[in-house]
Amino acid sequence: MLGEGILKGLGETAKNFAGSFVSKERLTTVQYPEERIAPIENTRDFPFLVYDGTDPMAGLRCVACQICEKECPPKCIYIVKSTDKKPDFVGKMQIYPARFDIDISVCMSCQICVEVCPFEAIKMDTEFELSTTDRFGGLLFDREHLSKSNEHYHKIHPTDAAEVDHRLAEEKAKVKAKAKAAAEVAAAKAAAAAAAPAAPAPKTAPDKEPGA
Amino acid sequence: MSATELKIFRPPVMDVTEEGDELLEVAMGPHHPSTHGVFRMDVALDGERVVKLKPVFGYLHRNHEKIAEKASYLASMPYTDRLDYFCSLTNNWAYALAVEKLAGLEVPERAEYIRVITAELTRIQNHASAIGFLMQEMGASGTPLMYAFREREKILDLFEELTGSRMMCNYMRFGGCRVELPKGWLEKVKTIVEGLPEFLDEVEALLTGNEILMARTQGVGVLKPDLAINAGVTGPMLRAAGVNYDIRKIDHYGIYDRFKFRVPLGDHGDIYDRYMIRVLEARESIEILKQALQDVPAGPIMDPKSKIRGFRPKVGEAYGRIEAPKGELGFYLISDGSANPYRYRVRPPSLINLTILEDLCLGQNVADVVLIFGSVDIVLGEVDR
Repeated sequence: MLGEGILKGLGETAKNFAGSFVSKERLTTVQYPEERIAPIENTRDFPFLVYDGTDPMAGLRCVACQICEKECPPKCIYIVKSTDKKPDFVGKMQIYPARFDIDISVCMSCQICVEVCPFEAIKMDTEFELSTTDRFGGLLFDREHLSKSNEHYHKIHPTDAAEVDHRLAEEKAKVKAKAKAAAEVAAAKAAAAAAAPAAPAPKTAPDKEPGA
Repeated sequence: MSATELKIFRPPVMDVTEEGDELLEVAMGPHHPSTHGVFRMDVALDGERVVKLKPVFGYLHRNHEKIAEKASYLASMPYTDRLDYFCSLTNNWAYALAVEKLAGLEVPERAEYIRVITAELTRIQNHASAIGFLMQEMGASGTPLMYAFREREKILDLFEELTGSRMMCNYMRFGGCRVELPKGWLEKVKTIVEGLPEFLDEVEALLTGNEILMARTQGVGVLKPDLAINAGVTGPMLRAAGVNYDIRKIDHYGIYDRFKFRVPLGDHGDIYDRYMIRVLEARESIEILKQALQDVPAGPIMDPKSKIRGFRPKVGEAYGRIEAPKGELGFYLISDGSANPYRYRVRPPSLINLTILEDLCLGQNVADVVLIFGSVDIVLGEVDR
C-alpha cells in the first residue's frame, strides 16, 4: 500500500515524542547553562601551569626549558627565560619563566605541550567559558593568569594528578637520598680533614623544599 | 499515483537543443563564510535540468600539507583531526600507519584492538550523521538528523572520556595510542554497542520503506561501476555501485583479518543504494565491535622504540592507507632523515569522490543536485585541506 512506509516512520516519531514524556532516557538534551552534564575526567580545553604550595610564582614547576614552545603545533606559547634562578620542588636552583604567554585564541587544545613537558609543569584545564569582549588582550593569558594550584589539578583530573604526585614524590625521595649520601660522604671527609687545618667547608645540596 | 509512477514523474522541461534558448546560471551551495564548509557549484540550468556543473572549492584551504612539511611528525597529528572532523580517529590512524611504515614501528596488540574499536565507532557515527544530513538535504528537516545526533552524542561522550576531546581526539601515536583506557570504558562501550542495533532498526523503520525517500532517491544520481573505478572513487560510494573494494579486506591493515564481517554491495549505484550501504555497513561495524570487545588483551599500548621528542625516521618513503568511513584515506610521506617530512601528501576520499559530481548531476533536476551532493558524503575540511 502506498504510504505504508510513511505511516510506519510517523509511528516511530510518535513513539519518540510520547516516550519523551514518560521516559527520562528519551530526553537527551539539558537546558544549559542552568543544567549541566557531569564533567568527564579526561576533558581537556586549554593549558595551565601547575604550581606547588601557596605562592603561584614561587611554586611554579616550569623551568622555562622551552620544549613546549618548540613543539607546539600552532606556536601559541611564548616564553622568556629569567636571568636569575629560583629553587624548584626538590630544591635545585633552576631558571624560571620570566614571561609565559599562551594565546588561547590560537591554541587548538591538542595536549602536545603536556605530553612533551618533562617537568609535569603544564596540564590541561577544563575551563571552557572564556568568552570575552577583548579579542586580543583578553585571550592572551600571561603566567599569572595561567598558573593554577596543584589542588586545582587534583580537582579536575584526580587520577592523573595522583599519578603525577606519586612520580614527583619518588623523584624527590631519590634526590633526597642522594643528597643525604653525599652529605654523609662529605661529613666523613670533613671529619677526616678535621685533623688537617684550613680544610674547605663541604658543599651539600640544599635540603629544604620550597613551597611543597 | 503509485510509487513507481512517482519515481518516473518529471515536470516538463524545455528541449535543450532548441536554438535561441538561454541557459540560467546559478551558484549553488553553502557558500556563506560563516558556515563550517564552504562550497559552490556553478550550475547551468535549462529549465529544471542541469546542463553543466562546475564544483568550486578551496575556500577552506588551510595549507595543511605545507604546514606538515615544516612541522615535526608529531605536530601534524592534531592537524589530521581537522581534515575530516567527523572522523578524527580514523584520520589519526591513517597518519600513524604511514609513519609506522616509515619508521618500522610495531604496534602492540592492545593498541591494535583499541584502534579497531575507536575506528568502528567512528564509522558508525559518521554513517549515522551522513544519513541524517542526506535526509536534511532532502527536506526532512530535523527528525532523522536529530535521531542520528542523539546516537552520535553517546559515541562522542565515549571519545571524550578516552581522549579528552569529542571531535579533535588526537589520540593515536606512532607505535600505539596515547593514553590507557579509563576504568570501565570498555563496559560502557559494550552497553552502547548493544543499543546500536536498536537505533539502526529505528532509522530503518523511519526511512527505508518511506515512499517519499524512494521516489526521490531511486534511480537518481546513478554512478556506473566503470566510471567509479576510473575516477578513483572509494568507500560507500564505490560499493554502492557494486564494486567489491574494501581496504579492510584487501590490506588487512591492523588486525582486521581476525574479524568476520561482510562487505555490503549495491546493485544500482543510486542515492538509495548509498543510503542502504551506509546502514548495512554500520551493522557490520557493530559485528566487528562485538568481536573486538570480547578479547581485548592486556599489555602495553605503546611500542617502546617509539619516542615523543626527537623523532627522526630513517630516509625513505611510505604510503599508509585505511578504509576511512568516507573512502580510502591515505598519507604519503617522504623522509629525508630530519625531524620533519620532506613531502607530506594526503589522499582525501572526500575530494576524489567529489570529482564525479558533474557526471552524476547532468540531466537531473536541480532539486536532485542537492541530494546527489549530500549522498557523496563529503567534509569540506578534507576536500580543501
